[in-house]
Amino acid sequence: MSLELILSIVFGGICAVTALLVITRINPVISALFLVVNFASLAGLYLILNAQFIAIAQIIVYAGAIMVFFLFVIMLLNPESEKKFFSHKPYIKIFTVVIVAIVFVQIIYMIFLAQPSEELIKESAKSVNAGTIEQIGRELFTNYVLPFEAAGYLLLAATIGALVIAKKKFE
Amino acid sequence: MQIPIEYYLILSAFMFSVGVVGVLTRRNAIVVFMCVELMLNSANLTLITYSSYLGDTVGQLFVFFVMAVAAAEAAVGLAIIIAIFRNKLTINIDEINILKW
Repeated sequence: MSLELILSIVFGGICAVTALLVITRINPVISALFLVVNFASLAGLYLILNAQFIAIAQIIVYAGAIMVFFLFVIMLLNPESEKKFFSHKPYIKIFTVVIVAIVFVQIIYMIFLAQPSEELIKESAKSVNAGTIEQIGRELFTNYVLPFEAAGYLLLAATIGALVIAKKKFE
Repeated sequence: MQIPIEYYLILSAFMFSVGVVGVLTRRNAIVVFMCVELMLNSANLTLITYSSYLGDTVGQLFVFFVMAVAAAEAAVGLAIIIAIFRNKLTINIDEINILKW
C-alpha cells in the first residue's frame, strides 16, 4: 500500500461521511461545519491529484470565504430548528432517497461500462506540470482571457446585486 | 500502484447524489444552498480527476471558473434569503410558496 493510496482512501472516506452528515444534521451550524471539513478533505484529494493551486484556492475560497459567509447568515437569521430527517413527511423523503439511489447506480454502471482506467494511465510528470500555477496562469491569460474577464465582471455584478437585494429599503 | 480513476469518479457520483438528496429533502433554505455547494464540488472533483489523469490544465481552469460562479451564487442567494426572511420571518421553503402554481 502506497502512501498515495492510504491518503486518498482516508480523505475520500472523510469526504463521503461528512457529506452524509451535512444533509442529516438538524442544526444548520453543525451542517456548515461538516461542510468545511468536507471541503478541506477535498482539498487534500486535489493535492493527491497534483492540483496544488486549486487545492489552495479550495481552502481559501470555499472553506474560508464562502463558509464564513454561510455561518454569518445563519447567525443573523437564527432559523428555527428543523425536525428530524425522516420525521417530517417521511414517505416523500424515502421516495426521494430511492429515486436518487437509482440514479446513483446508473452513474456507477455507466462509469464501469466506459472502463476509463484501461485507457487512462496517469503520467506523473505531465500531471504535475498541469497543476502548477505557472501553467494555469499561462492558459488563463492566453486562451481563456475572455472567460476570465467575464468571471471578474460576474463577481462585480454579484457583489452589487447582493448589496441591493439585501438592503433594507429602496429609496 | 496507481489509483484507478473509477475511485474518484464513484466518490464524485456519491457526493453528487448526497447533494441531490439534501436539496430535495431539507426544508431550511440555507442548508439547501449548502447542498448545492456540495454538488458543485463533486463536479469539481471530476474535472480535477480527468485533468490530472490526462495531464491537461484546462480542467483545473474550469474548476477555477466554477469557484468564481459559486462565490457569486452564494452571495446573491444568501442576499435573497435575507430579503425573504425580512418579509416573511421564515426561511422554511415549505412556507415560501407564493410563486407555486
